[in-house]
Order: sequence, then C-alpha cells, then structure tokens
Amino acid sequence: MKMYVCVKQIPDPNTVVSRLDPDTKRLVRSGVSLVLDPGDETTISAAIKLRDTSGNSELTAVCMGPASANEAMRRALAMGVDRAILITDPALAGSDSLGTARVLAEVLKKEGADLIFCSTESTDGYTGMVPGAIAEFLGIPQLTFAREIKVEGQKATIHRVTQAGYQVVESTLPAVVTIASGSFEAIYPTMKGIMSARKKPFVQMSLADVGLDPSQVGEAGARERVLAIGKAEARAAGQVIKDEGDAAQRIADFLQRYQLL
Amino acid sequence: MTKTIWTLVEIENGQPARSSLEVLGKAAKLGRAEAIVLGAQAAEVALMLGEYGAQKVYAHADATYDTYLTLPATDTISDLLQTRKPDLLLFPTTYDARDIAARLNARHRLGLITDATDLQYEDDELRVTVPWGGENVVTATLPHGPGIVLARPKAFGVEKVASNTAEIETLNSPINSASQSIKILDRVEVASEGPALEEASIIVSGGRGLGKPENYKLVEELAKVLGGAPGATRAIVDAGWLPYSYQIGQTGKTVKPTLYIACGISGAIQHLAGMKGSKFIVAINKDENAPIFAAADLGVVGDVLSILPQLIEEVKRRKAH
Repeated sequence: MKMYVCVKQIPDPNTVVSRLDPDTKRLVRSGVSLVLDPGDETTISAAIKLRDTSGNSELTAVCMGPASANEAMRRALAMGVDRAILITDPALAGSDSLGTARVLAEVLKKEGADLIFCSTESTDGYTGMVPGAIAEFLGIPQLTFAREIKVEGQKATIHRVTQAGYQVVESTLPAVVTIASGSFEAIYPTMKGIMSARKKPFVQMSLADVGLDPSQVGEAGARERVLAIGKAEARAAGQVIKDEGDAAQRIADFLQRYQLL
Repeated sequence: MTKTIWTLVEIENGQPARSSLEVLGKAAKLGRAEAIVLGAQAAEVALMLGEYGAQKVYAHADATYDTYLTLPATDTISDLLQTRKPDLLLFPTTYDARDIAARLNARHRLGLITDATDLQYEDDELRVTVPWGGENVVTATLPHGPGIVLARPKAFGVEKVASNTAEIETLNSPINSASQSIKILDRVEVASEGPALEEASIIVSGGRGLGKPENYKLVEELAKVLGGAPGATRAIVDAGWLPYSYQIGQTGKTVKPTLYIACGISGAIQHLAGMKGSKFIVAINKDENAPIFAAADLGVVGDVLSILPQLIEEVKRRKAH
C-alpha cells in the first residue's frame, strides 16, 4: 500500500504566542521556534502503526512550506516515515487552504496514493479544510475525525468521533483519513531513527515541478482577503487569592454569592 | 440589496440542531435566509424552520443522506448552486458541515472563512470577524463572489421570529450512486453521567496540573456534586488521559457555561479560546503567573489536589442545607 501523511511546520504552540503581521497579514514565522505540528506527530504515529501492520507498505510525508520545513521533515523521518517530499517555492507564500490542498493533491495524484493521512486540523490555522479539499481534488472519499483505523482489502474502516460518541464508518480506497488529535500513542524518535533519517530519500520540489501555475496558488490564488487585524478584547481580571487552608470555603462562598450552588 | 444566505440545517433526534438554528437566526438578520435540510426527516423538520427565520427551505427527504456521509449532501448543494445564486453559505461548525464545506470549497473554488464569531455587511461588503490566536481579531472578506463562512458554535443565540411560514421547495433528484462511498455502519453513543459538555451550565475542567490521570476523578467528582459536566485541556487529551470528546478549546469544544472551574489549567491560548465566554470563571493553579488567572473572576493560588477534595465536601455540605 502506498501511504502518505500530509504535515506542516508551525510556530511551537507550547512556547510561542502566534501573531499575525499587520503589514503582510501573514503568520509571523521569523524569530520564533518552528516545530512539526504536534497534531501531526499523532497522525504520523497512527500512519506508522498502520504501515507496520499492513505489510509491503511505504509511508511518505508530504509538506508544503518554506525551506525551513526541512527540519520538520527530518523529524517525521526520524519518527519512522520512509521518505519525504517538501514542496517549497516563493510563489506559494500566502496560500489559503484551497491553494495548499491543490498543491498537495497534485503531488499525491502523481504519486498514486492509496491512503492519505492528515491531521483533523493544524495547530496554527485550525481551518481543518485542507484534507476535505484534497479528497475533492482527487475525487476520493474522506474519512474524518478518526480515532481508530483498520484497512482490509480495498476498504478502510474508522471510528469517527461525534458529539455523543462515535460512528463506525467505512469507505473504499483510495481515501483521505483525518486523525483526531491525541487518538494514537505518539512515537518518539530514537537515536537509531535520527541516524537513519539522514539516509532516507528526501525530495524537494518547486511549483514548476508540481506542474501548477502560480496564479492558482499563493496570495494570487487566495479566495479570501484580510481587511484588518485588531487586538482581542481582554477579559477583566478578577480577584486572585492565595490558599491558606481556607480556599475551599472561599470558593464555596463565591459560588453561593452568585447562586451557583 | 437584500442578501440571500443559505444555511445547512442538520437534524438531531428529529429536530433541527441547535447549532443550525444559531446560524439560521443570524442569516435571517443579515438578509433573506434560506435553509437546506437533507435526510429521512427533512420534510417534518422543514416545517419547523420558518419560525427560526427561514423564508425558504430546500428539503430532500431521503434516508441516503443519513447513511452516506458528506458526498450526497455536497452533490445536492452543488447542484443547487448551479441554478441559484446565493450571496453566502453560512454553516455551523459541526463534524458533518465541516466535511461538506471543504468539498464545496474545492469543487466550486469558493472562498471560505472558518471559526467566525460575527459577520455583517457594510456598504455591500461582507465583513467576517475571526478571533485569531488569543491576541488578534481578524476582519476578513470574500471578494470573489459567493463563499462559505463556518460559524463558531454559540457565536449566535437561537431566536424565534414572529410566526413566519417558510416556502418549502421539495427536492427529489436521485442521489448519485458513485457518491455513496462513505458509509455509516454503526452509531455508538458513549453514555456519560450528567449533562453534555456543550449544554452544561456548570463545567469543571482539568489540565496537566492534576499531575496524573488518576487525579482526574476529583474533577469528575466535583462536576457531579455541582450537577455539571467534566471537561479537559488539549494537553491531557493528547497525553491520552481522556477521549477527544472531553477537549475544550480552539481545537475541541467551545463552551459558554454559567460557571467554569479550571483545575490545574495554566490557560494556554488555545484553551482560553474555547471557554472565555463563560459567565463566571474560577481557577485553581499552583503557579501564580499562570495566564488563566488573567481570565478568572476568582483565582486561587494553591495545590489543586488538596483543595479539590475539600471543595467537594464543602459543596456537598452546603447543598445538603
């Protein structure tokens, strides 16, 4: 089975407060620590687990991003992905989710993917619209919000998270599968993994290699326009107390005062 | 000029879903609201939508939509888009509507804005408000004609308008069999005690500060004695303590309870985005510099593991009186 996982490099959500540049209206990437999206680590782990139990399968990580995304790809390889493709081109800057999906879909079509893993949404933009758009461009089904996945023959079955529990959902292959964050135990790179990552195939592609016109992607192809970036309203701060053995009493007093008990 | 706005109305237990009615009400305020309702119970639900602001309802009563996800609904809306020209599609942010929106976006090269908390027209230009990363608020527009906006849950209230009857157009075109490829085999409801997280008026939520998964039971216990629902941060969901359904935040559920008690939660921006609309926020954390305190009405600097058992007993005692 030819398996793929779409990944993204983002400002580290655990250390960086993401900011938008009021002039370019894009995410500030310079001077901040960039990492492989933690959600993608779960997704890669799910994909590796399936590859290892599927026999005769290969897993490739695909990323559209700036040249710095090299490092995120190295991490994916160190985790156990077999090969990596990075599509990087100045014309791609400012792409919206549709432009991103178009580029990824074009590469995946040429590759002849059987199964494409994506995270439900990225941890910076959160639109969650790329996987479904990839599926539409490829004309294949999408299985979304998966917390379990099984492949048998030409069918994939997932447990799809819902408000009330989950649905058991199946589709034909090829398909796009999105993984719900935290659904699979993360695989951490071992020293051996890090060493072997250097020898794994790593392809870099430009937009011309992909075969798309610059007008379809980047800022030129974006269908939305940011008019203004403002400051969020801060919530008024309340009272902060130190626990001196009476905290439970004081919280209960607070609840009673506002008739919350 | 009056704008025509389409909304997708989802059906839950034979009723229009609350999140659908929220966007329908907003659409009615912006212009002419038209609803699309699909599924075995579409005809009955269509009749209920006038009083929530719909002037017209497109209804296709076919059980295929209930069994096969995403593609049949995408095809039907796509067909409607060929012959009618709405100004905007305003969808609720639900699991199913997100999937449909993503495909419509790609099929018709529509513009798409997600996570909207407000929208309006100013001088004929659409202006959509999107909170971004906790510090910024973005105003965006769709300059290339009709597009899709996905609204954040609870961004708008549900309002009934004066008894209004919607015109109903019954759709009956056959559903393409090639689009019946994502099949629901089974639906499993995971029983949970007490109210659902989205509906609860009291939420007690836990984070990394609880130390280890076993301590989460204190959060559940406090939620139980208060008659509320337990929730969690992404950090402990990612760590595997709890299923995704507990997750509150920008990724996960957006909640607006009357009371939110944050236990051992530092207050990462992505968590605050999902709960700062709560009426009262109480936070317990050992780090006095935790960002959660900036949002809390009552902040307690202390050991959550010693405070919670006392608080559970204190609430029980006061409730008994």
